[in-house]
Amino acid sequence: MSASPNDTQDYVGFDTITQQMERKFLKRGFNFNVILVGESGMGKSTLINSIFASHLIDTQGRRAAQEVIRKTTEISPVTQTLEENGVRVKLTIVDTPGYSDQCNNEGCWIPVIKYIKDQHAAYLERELKPLRDRVIVDTRIHACLYFLNPGSRGLRPLDVEVLKRLTEVTNVIPIIAKSDSMTIEERTAFKRRIKEELAFHRIVVFPYPSDEDTEEDRVLNASIRELIPFAVVGSEEVIEVNGKLVRGRRHGWGVINIFDESHSDFVHLRNFMLRTHLSDLVEVTAQRHYEQFRTSQLRQIKELRAQQAAAAATGGAPPMPSQAPPQAPMASGVMHQPMTQA
Amino acid sequence: MRGNTSMQTTGASGATKKKMNGYVGFSNYPNQEHRRSIKRGFNFTLMVAGESGLGKSTLINTLFESKVYPAKDENSHAAVGTPSAPGGTKTVEITSVSAEIVENNVKLRLSVVDTPGFGDSINNEQAWQPILENIESRFDAYLAQENRVNRSKIVDNRVNALLYFIKPTGHALRAIDIEFMKNLHNKVNLIPVIARADTLTAREVEQFKARVLADINFHGIQIFRPVSDQFDDPDTIADNKAIAGKIPFAVVGSERFVERADGTRVRGRQYPWGVIEVENEAHNDFVSLRQMLLRTHMEELRDATDVSLYETYRTQKLLALGHVQDNTVFREFNPRQQAEEEERVHGAKMQKLEAEMAAVFKQKVQEKEGKLRQSEEELHTRHKDMKAVLERQRAELEDKKRRLGISDTPHAMPVHTLAAQDVAQQQAQSKDKKKRGFF
Repeated sequence: MSASPNDTQDYVGFDTITQQMERKFLKRGFNFNVILVGESGMGKSTLINSIFASHLIDTQGRRAAQEVIRKTTEISPVTQTLEENGVRVKLTIVDTPGYSDQCNNEGCWIPVIKYIKDQHAAYLERELKPLRDRVIVDTRIHACLYFLNPGSRGLRPLDVEVLKRLTEVTNVIPIIAKSDSMTIEERTAFKRRIKEELAFHRIVVFPYPSDEDTEEDRVLNASIRELIPFAVVGSEEVIEVNGKLVRGRRHGWGVINIFDESHSDFVHLRNFMLRTHLSDLVEVTAQRHYEQFRTSQLRQIKELRAQQAAAAATGGAPPMPSQAPPQAPMASGVMHQPMTQA
Repeated sequence: MRGNTSMQTTGASGATKKKMNGYVGFSNYPNQEHRRSIKRGFNFTLMVAGESGLGKSTLINTLFESKVYPAKDENSHAAVGTPSAPGGTKTVEITSVSAEIVENNVKLRLSVVDTPGFGDSINNEQAWQPILENIESRFDAYLAQENRVNRSKIVDNRVNALLYFIKPTGHALRAIDIEFMKNLHNKVNLIPVIARADTLTAREVEQFKARVLADINFHGIQIFRPVSDQFDDPDTIADNKAIAGKIPFAVVGSERFVERADGTRVRGRQYPWGVIEVENEAHNDFVSLRQMLLRTHMEELRDATDVSLYETYRTQKLLALGHVQDNTVFREFNPRQQAEEEERVHGAKMQKLEAEMAAVFKQKVQEKEGKLRQSEEELHTRHKDMKAVLERQRAELEDKKRRLGISDTPHAMPVHTLAAQDVAQQQAQSKDKKKRGFF
């Protein structure tokens, strides 16, 4: 902390709070949890490895003929700690192999929604403990990257179903991962179509408008919304382009540089996720999605308790609750496995 | 046209092979066939299947260099929100577009059958069913026409080839691909193509093709492969091998033209990083697909449809309907043999009839005998009974006699004689009855 130029007698010095917070943050590090939802072969693993510039996860796609096609969506979280300029992040990437792999994909989203809600529930449980940790371990999903099929005429029925449910529990960022098969015109038309359909189905994706936004925020958010869904190309391969080494893909008719803004939205996506809206993602998860979950859970518990009390008063057996409620966290704060609905 | 045919050492059909001494000219037959076919024109029905957005219509329009399908612009489709019904089930439709294309006086009646909606729902378990039904209904229609009395005009709508579009995931086949191909591979010539191949690098294409073929072999799926036979010249054999080596074809289609570096205009797609040319064999396998489908193996596809796929279907269907294979129709007709056979059959029939009648007669006789024996026994028992009754009565009378009077008093006598007379009368009566009752 250098001597401030305002070091006069009238200078109070509370503006150093940001630096104090930074130092605390440096010491503590933070959690960041991302879930990837999309069919196998859409480029999920490659993209996340590209964004974080390290090989975080392996693709879980079926390669061998003898391998059996997964029958349900599996949840496979991988946690690693990355460090950059003294800042540590405990990064958890949750892959969803088996999603939409079957002929009949009814309910393939259920394990995903359940996992997200379970993380909220786990956090709630930790929060309600009488003796809780100073810093509660945060496994809540801060961002959901939803992968769309390039070339489709718009949202597919499965996309509509799943997006409606996902946007209720987490921040959803729609992405076209293998966009190197779309020309610029096709991309523009596709993005417009997707935005129309999202509006039609009233699916609200991140970033959300907020009253706290400054003019700067609004402009930035507007430009982000223009780009949605992000048409990106991912690559873990480093190739040479004009004497430089870049991450890209080499085709017989040209070389794609994923960092080239005219080639793909990769840079925009990365900046958006990590450089400008990272803390937003975490905060909105806590303030909006988690609070919603918490409110509905506690309300259900109250209802259940009221029903039980009423039943006890009338002397009958406790009536069957209208919705399957979670087993209530009692005053002791011990909560068993809460039942969550997809 | 060769002048002399040489004698081959092996005779396949058992007919003697003759050597000719001059040019006869029947080797001109293929030309005559050729001219006739040109006059008649050709039918070709091509079906395409695959999820929406894989470029099926674009590829068809590229293959046939003409707007078979109207351009599916992203701007020109239906209103937002219409496709998905509640629950997310879209039905699979079958739409057909026909065109008559002429090239060098050869007329091709081309039909392209599209299958919109396939694989687009949440539950695609039976998505292949409407497509299979359509193919089979075309077989049925042909079968019905074949069985008509007047068969001079048969319209052949059978599907000659099915292009199945595979999503370029880079991994392996998806569940819906495997299900589809397993259910249709023995009803139609399956030609799998990797769609939108411009998203894969050359190495990725190679690896993906290997995995797709591994899946196909693992599940025993029969896809159409161009085979050479012994009569082809070495060039053709080499070409066929080259084409077969590229299966499944990784293709890119385009209805737009782009300008190359040297100024020429070719079909292609313009990207910020370069231009992919549809007809450049280094860029994708479109040329091989077109070669195989249109230029070299169209006849083989049609032939395989008729000779192998259709025949198998017909056999199964007729057997299922209860028809039985009757091989006697294949024998030669010989009148004498037939007369002898008829006589034999007739004689056998007569004998059988005789035997039957004898048996029936015997049976009847036995029955009657049995009945008679039975009635005889009955009569015997009745006779015995009656005798017993009479004895009893006599005994009673003797008793009465004794009680009434010991000796033979004149009064008693008449009683006795009366009783005896009674008894005698009764006996006579019963004897009469017996005699009468016998018959």
